[in-house]
Amino acid sequence: MDATRTHLLRNRLLPLVSIAAAAIVWQVVAQFIVQNKNLLPSVTDVLGAFLVLLESGRLASDFATSLTHFGIGVGAALLIGIPLGMAMGWFRDLDTAANPIIEILRPVPPLAWIPFAIIWFGLTPVAAGFIVFVGAFFPVLVNTYAGFKGVPRLFVEAARVLGCTSPGRLIRHVALPAAMPSIATGIRIGMGVGWMCLVAAEFFVGGRYGLGKQLWVSYSLQQMSNVVVYMLLLGILGLAIDAAFRGYVDGKLLRWRTGEVA
Amino acid sequence: MSKLSIDRVSKVFEKKQGEVVVALDDISLEIEETEFVCFVGPSGCGKTTLLRIIAGLETATSGEVSLMGAPIRGPDPKRGMVFQEYSLFPWRTVKNNITFGLEMRGVPKADQVSAAETYLAMVGLEQFREAYPYELSGGMRQRVAIARALANEPEVLLMDEPFGALDAQTRNAMQRELLEIWEKTQKTILFVTHSVDEAVFLADRIVILSPRPGRICDTIRVDLPRPRERTGPEFADVRRYVLGLMDSCRLSSKI
Ligand SMILES: Nc1ncnc2c1ncn2[C@@H]1O[C@H](COP(=O)(O)OP(=O)(O)O)[C@@H](O)[C@H]1O
Ligand SMILES: [Mg+2]
Repeated sequence: MDATRTHLLRNRLLPLVSIAAAAIVWQVVAQFIVQNKNLLPSVTDVLGAFLVLLESGRLASDFATSLTHFGIGVGAALLIGIPLGMAMGWFRDLDTAANPIIEILRPVPPLAWIPFAIIWFGLTPVAAGFIVFVGAFFPVLVNTYAGFKGVPRLFVEAARVLGCTSPGRLIRHVALPAAMPSIATGIRIGMGVGWMCLVAAEFFVGGRYGLGKQLWVSYSLQQMSNVVVYMLLLGILGLAIDAAFRGYVDGKLLRWRTGEVA
Repeated sequence: MSKLSIDRVSKVFEKKQGEVVVALDDISLEIEETEFVCFVGPSGCGKTTLLRIIAGLETATSGEVSLMGAPIRGPDPKRGMVFQEYSLFPWRTVKNNITFGLEMRGVPKADQVSAAETYLAMVGLEQFREAYPYELSGGMRQRVAIARALANEPEVLLMDEPFGALDAQTRNAMQRELLEIWEKTQKTILFVTHSVDEAVFLADRIVILSPRPGRICDTIRVDLPRPRERTGPEFADVRRYVLGLMDSCRLSSKI
C-alpha cells in the first residue's frame, strides 16, 4: 500500500516539478542571460501579458473564432472522409477508381491550398475552415478506409449466418463497429493535423479574431510576450481537445476494447 | 424425408497459380431430425468446406444440399453456425451478442430480452450478461457463441471444431454441456472434430472423411447409451474401431 502511494505521489508530483523547473530555467535565462524581451520574454512577462489580455476580454472571441474555424474544417472532414472511406473500404471498384486521385492529392501540403481557399471562399471563416479541412480530411479518410479493409471476414460471415445479409446492414452492424478503433485513430490524427494548420490558415484568410490571427498580429507589433501567450493557449487548447476526444472514445465508444486508442 | 440432405456435393478450389484442389468429391449423406452427427478426418479433408456449404457461405461446384426439401442458396438463420475461431462481436456485450440474430429479424425488444435470458441460463452465464467478450475465457466465449446460434432457433446447428482451442478439461465439460443442450432443445447437430474421442463421446453417427480428394470413407452408428463413460471398455472398443477405420481410410486414399 505504501508502495502504491509513493507511486501515485511520484506520478502526480513529478510532472509538476518538471514544469516548475522548466519555468524557473526559462525565467533565469530570459531575465539574466538574454535580457531582451523581444528575443525571449520571461515567464513573468508572459504572465503579465496574459493578465492584460484576460482583462481586455477579447480572448473569448479569439477562442470562439478559432474553434469555429476548427469546427468547420474537422466537421467537413468527418462528414466527407468517413462515408468516403467506408465506401472505398467496402466496394472494391470504388477503391480502384478513387485511389489514384487520393494518392496524388494526399501529399499536397494543406497550406498549398491557401490561394484557392481565398479565391473560392474569400477572406471568410469558411476559407480558414477549408485549410483545416484539407489537413484533417486525409487522416480521417485513410484510417476509415484501412479500418473497413481490415474488418475480419469471420465477423462478416458470423453476421450473415445470423441473418444480417444486406450490404447496408453488414456495414452498419458489423463493419462500422469493427472499424471504429481505426476511425477514432483517424479522427484524432486528423484533428491534430487540422489544429496545426489553424495558425497559418488564420494568418492568411482569417478575419479580426482567432488565436492564430492574434499571434501574427502580436508579432507584427513586436509584442513577443503576447506571441508566447497565444502559442501556449494554442498548445493547451489543442491538448484539451485531444484529451476530451480521447476520454469520450475510451469511455463510451470503445469501452469494449482493452488498451487504448492510437 | 430426412431433415438435411447432402446430394453428390463436390467442391473444387482454384488457387491463384491455376492449381486445382478438390476439397470435396461426391459427398452424399442424409441426416435425420434431432440426429447428432460428427465428422472426423485429418486436417485438409474438407470438413470446414462441407460445413460452409451447408451454412450457405460457400457454393458447391456441383451437387446440392437441401434442408427439409428446400435447396440451400445462401446464408440463412435456419442454419446456425459455431465457428472454430472466436467469432463473438467484441463490441457487443454477451447479451447483445446473443440477441444479434433476433435484432436482425426485427423481433420485439421484450422477446429479445427473454430469449437472451433463456439461453444465458442454458449455457450458465447469467452473471456475465453485461460482460464484453475480452473479459471471457475461451470456453465461455464458445458457450456464448452456442447461445447466440441457438437464440435464432435454427433447424440445424453446425459446429466447426468449436472446442478445438480449449484445454482438455474445459473441453470435456463443454461436451457434456452440449449434450444436455442438445437433449433440451432437440436440435439436429452437425459437429466437426478431428478428435475421435470427442466424436465417440458425442455422436449418434460418425462420418469419416478422407483427404485429397475429400470423400466419405465410412460411417459408423454409435449405439452406446448416454451419458457415455470415457474410461469404460465399450467406449474404448468403439474408439479403437473408429481409429482402425481411419487408418485404413488413409491407406486406401494413398493408393
Ligand atoms: N478458399 C479456399 N481457397 C482455396 N483452397 C481452399 C479454400 N478453402 C479450403 N481450401 C482447401 O480445401 C481443402 C479442404 O480445406 P478445409 O475444408 O478447411 O479442411 P478441414 O476443415 O478438414 O481442415 C484444403 O486443401 C484447403 O487448402
Ligand atoms: Mg477446418
